Amino acid sequence: MSKLWSSYRYLILRRLTQITILVLYFGANAWGWKILEGNLSASKLFGIVPMSDPYAVLQMVAAGAVVAIDLLLGVAVIALFYFIVGGRAFCSWVCPINMVTDSASYLRRLLDIDRAQTTKQPITRGVRYWVLGLSLIVSAFMGIAAFEFVSPISMMHRGIVFGMGFGWAAIALIFLFDLFVLKNGWCGHVCPLGGFYSLLGKFSFIRVHHTEEHCTLCMKCKVVCPEKQVLHMIGKESLPVLSGECTNCARCIEVCDDDALRFSIRDFIQNKKMGE
Amino acid sequence: MKKEAMSDRRKFILNMARGVGYAAIGGFLWSAYLDGAKASPLILRPPAALPEEDFLKTCIKCGLCVEACPYDTLMLAKPGDHKPIGTPFFIPRETPCYMCEDIPCVPVCPSGALDESSVIRNGELDINSADMGLAVIDEHSCIAFWGIQCDACYRACPIMGQAITVEYTKNERTGKHAFLKPVVHADACTGCGMCENACVTEKPAIFILPREVAMGKAGNHYIKGWDKKDEARLQDAQTIHTTTDVSRKKAVDRLNSGLEGLLDE
Repeated sequence: MSKLWSSYRYLILRRLTQITILVLYFGANAWGWKILEGNLSASKLFGIVPMSDPYAVLQMVAAGAVVAIDLLLGVAVIALFYFIVGGRAFCSWVCPINMVTDSASYLRRLLDIDRAQTTKQPITRGVRYWVLGLSLIVSAFMGIAAFEFVSPISMMHRGIVFGMGFGWAAIALIFLFDLFVLKNGWCGHVCPLGGFYSLLGKFSFIRVHHTEEHCTLCMKCKVVCPEKQVLHMIGKESLPVLSGECTNCARCIEVCDDDALRFSIRDFIQNKKMGE
Repeated sequence: MKKEAMSDRRKFILNMARGVGYAAIGGFLWSAYLDGAKASPLILRPPAALPEEDFLKTCIKCGLCVEACPYDTLMLAKPGDHKPIGTPFFIPRETPCYMCEDIPCVPVCPSGALDESSVIRNGELDINSADMGLAVIDEHSCIAFWGIQCDACYRACPIMGQAITVEYTKNERTGKHAFLKPVVHADACTGCGMCENACVTEKPAIFILPREVAMGKAGNHYIKGWDKKDEARLQDAQTIHTTTDVSRKKAVDRLNSGLEGLLDE
């Protein structure tokens, strides 16, 4: 039992966080709870603390909207949290699409799809930054927040809180894309919100650290990691994962049987030995 | 032809060019989709909404107005609704706006897409100053225009006697009855849709349209001479003088010159 806990503890915590947030939003709309009102685009915590999606507001600015103080405060709350503390944690701890792509990724491993698809991945992970830039240009030209009009993330959380409509199709599309077309396709290659948080969270404090001395090169961490390029130091050097593309999902930590990976606060003095 | 090894710089530039190419294709497709997706000229917005163009820019689609609405009037557009996705709207035939005095949907808006200042009169929230649309009557299907007595819309109107009045005219067909015809007054109607909701015909004979759709425009050059306020627009009026080949000389001189030069072209 404790073995089960230790190898799934972060996964369970992440699912709990994701689902709790959705339940609170749902409760606010359905039963008038005053804990977390709104949705992931903008919301109010306990009726006071404003929170808003900094990427959505950025698109609105690009579209030429006059942004209200409430939204800017909300942006400050969220952006500061991820900038200082969480890094790209939104993607693996909050975003509901994470549950969809994680299950696609799990099924992919189960069905051994990677071994069949040996050809080169059709697109690179840099695509998300192109989509990010493009979304701002299109927003400016069309006078609306471009990604917010097509975002499957919004379709999913809005769908769960306010009614799904045909939103399930977008979710199914992402699932199939990740399962059959491209490994970690949506979250790891295309999603501009992920790209945005990768840039925003680059300097955050919470980091996964690798202790090379403990590593037995089993590579389980690289199998589960949705952004495995960030784990380039595994078995080579004792280093923290410094890439902003790491989502702090901590799957690598819990699959590691050798205590070679763990969370720790970022150390700004680079030459200090880690994990002693 | 001799093949030289390609320089890294050249490779980099060509790869970037490919990225730009993809981005251009994607950008055009994306924009084309958005152009269609944001067009919804008949959508009815919550009270105090900015003009549609600005509203679409400003609304962050959080749904706080929807949650604040005590009557479940407001909804967020879902995929498949054929409306700008995620934005709030209402369908009066299903649930009209019940014109809450405290307008709970407006102050909660964090983005300013619902502009509180537009529904404040004399320092207080005033739902009667809201402008969600305008009621329009189809005289062919309204049974009151047939001569059948019905004042459902008139009774349902929250600003009864101002936004909708009933006008009496003689029914020439019977010679002894009266028509009780509802008339909508655009200056008072808020577009709440309670009339549309109450209308007894199978498909409502009175319905709400966005004001820009429902109304025409006479143009600036028409002035109501009998209306002092409108007449005042003339006070600072300026004439615009343009000089063309024809008008350079006085008109009389021009005519006496035998239209010389005019027919040259």
